[in-house]
Amino acid sequence: MTVDDAQGGGTGRGAGDGRSGRACGELPTRSTSRDLERYAGLFASRTRVMRSSAMRDLMAVTARPEVISLAGGLPDTSTFPPATFAAVAARIAAESCARALQYGPTEGLADTKACIAEVMAAEDMAVDGDDLLVTTGGQQVLDLVTKTLIDPGDVVVAEAPTYPGAVPVFSSYEADVVQIDVDEHGMRVDLLEETLDRLEREGRRPKFVYTIPSFQNPAGVTMSLERRRTLVEIARRRELLVLEDNPYGLLRYEGSREPTLRSLDGGIYVMYLGTFSKILSPGIRLGWVAAPAPVLEKLNLGKQAADLCTSTLSQLMVQAYFEESPWRAYVDSLTEIYRARRDTMLDALAEFFPAEAQWTRPAGGLFIWVTLPDFIDTTDLLARALRDNVAFVPGEAAYLDGRGRSSMRLNFSGSGEDAVREGVRRIGKVVSEQVALYGTLTGRRAAPGRPAERARGAPTASHPSPDLAADPPTEELAARVVPMRRRSGRA
Amino acid sequence: MSRIAVLKGGRSLERQVSVRSGGRVEDALERLGHEAIGIDVDADVIGRLRAASPDAAFVALHGEDGEDGTIQELLDVLGIPFTGSGVLACLRSWDKVLTKHLLVESGLPTPEFVAFSETAFEQLGAGEALPAIEERLSFPIVVKPATGGSALGIKFARAAADVPAALVAAFSYADRVLFERHVRGRDLAVSILDGPDGPVALPIVEAVPRDEDFYDFEARYEIGRTSFVCPAELAPAVTARAHEVALRTYHLLGLAGFARVDLMLEEGSEELFVLEANAIPGLTETSLVPQAAEAAGIGLDELIGRIVELALALGAVGAAG
Repeated sequence: MTVDDAQGGGTGRGAGDGRSGRACGELPTRSTSRDLERYAGLFASRTRVMRSSAMRDLMAVTARPEVISLAGGLPDTSTFPPATFAAVAARIAAESCARALQYGPTEGLADTKACIAEVMAAEDMAVDGDDLLVTTGGQQVLDLVTKTLIDPGDVVVAEAPTYPGAVPVFSSYEADVVQIDVDEHGMRVDLLEETLDRLEREGRRPKFVYTIPSFQNPAGVTMSLERRRTLVEIARRRELLVLEDNPYGLLRYEGSREPTLRSLDGGIYVMYLGTFSKILSPGIRLGWVAAPAPVLEKLNLGKQAADLCTSTLSQLMVQAYFEESPWRAYVDSLTEIYRARRDTMLDALAEFFPAEAQWTRPAGGLFIWVTLPDFIDTTDLLARALRDNVAFVPGEAAYLDGRGRSSMRLNFSGSGEDAVREGVRRIGKVVSEQVALYGTLTGRRAAPGRPAERARGAPTASHPSPDLAADPPTEELAARVVPMRRRSGRA
Repeated sequence: MSRIAVLKGGRSLERQVSVRSGGRVEDALERLGHEAIGIDVDADVIGRLRAASPDAAFVALHGEDGEDGTIQELLDVLGIPFTGSGVLACLRSWDKVLTKHLLVESGLPTPEFVAFSETAFEQLGAGEALPAIEERLSFPIVVKPATGGSALGIKFARAAADVPAALVAAFSYADRVLFERHVRGRDLAVSILDGPDGPVALPIVEAVPRDEDFYDFEARYEIGRTSFVCPAELAPAVTARAHEVALRTYHLLGLAGFARVDLMLEEGSEELFVLEANAIPGLTETSLVPQAAEAAGIGLDELIGRIVELALALGAVGAAG
């Protein structure tokens, strides 16, 4: 049973009288939890915030093979041509075997940086190799930036919801994370401005703003051009760094591209995080950051300490791949696949989810964010869904303040169309059952004011559809943040 | 030296803890000179057990399949002796409603309760009875799934408005839900270990919430937000009473080998109440039973050794018979 799994929580206070009594009621012989204490006493205080949770234990079950997992953020690597892989490997073996097996410079190989420049150029960004640091996946950028900028208690401004994988990074550096609500046009920059003012009054200066402007993980929303301009302007005016995380920018399924924050700001206050994970392979663990020179220098020192250099083999693979094969064509093929899966998921949501549910309609990326009535806790729902062999990420993973409990993140890139549809069907069935059960339970107590609640009408950008939670509104409802377009219909 | 199959993992929601418990058990068995064969339980468990043909099985499965008697039934069929409780005791302790009815019947203290199935609400209109239930138990009320070993799905309803959502959550884990009067007081866990002279109660572990807010019920169960004190600082008479109540519960349910009984010591009345019994409590390095055993001078290896010897002895009796 998990309740008794103390996770470093032992505080033994044994008496230690040297006797070896075992019978009922006798005094203990020595301090308890000795094994535990032996290590726990050595842990840094920051590990206290690195804790396990019921949700993480549940997520462990999602890896079972019979489970349709809409939980991961996995790109589909199954269509990558093995022949291309073989050609890339052969090329490295023939041309740069010794080099591939050797350490490389911390900042990364020049030829790899040329590939990165090509990828950034595809989103209209010009970058100099000197402004780049090649990293072990984009995740390392999060770690290095936080390590470089954050003292314990310093403020990081993030989106609400934010990338669940950033949460443990911020936590492990004891950052004070302030989350700014997101709506269908991305981060609410008006709230950002208010929050920054408030922080200033409180004498707290945030170090950086973390954002995924395009096809946000987990909300699937994209920041409007107007807000992008405002954000860049705020950063400049307040001399505040912005970490722009753009893993999915090239995975657009409709509409026209918005300029990146970096291209709007010219790389003065914007640190730009890119990755090959979603356009080539997450397995090669290759990402990068483009940042202002003084920041880059510190990030470089941090990276030296962390792992000396990014895998030379991986860097050479990218380089050989760019020479071997038209990388844009592969991204285009992925885009086709993911667009179809997104459409399948949107159709399935419209077909199988009850009217009380809302979700985003992402124009790209990998995720749809679904918000359910506030009486449904999605961590509990996950436990129920796992009985039907389907999984998703409960919304609470995307918040540091306990919000998001009625939302979930669904991934459509990692499963085939049939699995996507079946997975959504199973979740929808469980949600419908719970909505019906709740209706049965509350039918008897039609609280005064309930019809008025209903009549409040359609959701607006600033308030999440009060008509969806027909029952006594709670603080949970007011706290919900990502107002989503309601049942937007078939794609 | 014996060959011991360690059953762990499985498909339950408590898989993670079970994998760790099983790993600990395997290490301990090997240090004791046994051959430990770890089996992550899946659809092929019978085949793997047959292939391993162990002298005994150590059941380190928590939650569904492990604590509800399923795996024990399979092991009985295969004729493999196993650690801990048998099928019937598992059934009695897995289902908290059954446990509580048995406790009430034999005069053991347990917080007042009412239990309903999902069907009762959907088809029998049990929702109509909610006000009566609420009146009888009075708020705050604890709402929990009838089955399931972990704290998952346990909600604390402070007012009538909290009840429906708490029920929806609890029904995510089980088909039946328990409403229980909230006993305010101290959380005590009594571990029991069988031995040559019969089962004995080990020093009591108290779970102490770290946060100030005593009423933050969920926090008490959230990993990392609770400290554990062993032995609990209790008057000798209270300790003796807690041991007695726990041992009587152990016998009543027919538990065997080892188990853990969770109690509440009510503030003010100083009355003890049995919340539940766990047929297969956690055995990780931070779990309560190993902490309690250590407080009694029994290290993890010795604890595991004793539990496994009991199973092997059963096997020997079986073979002789």
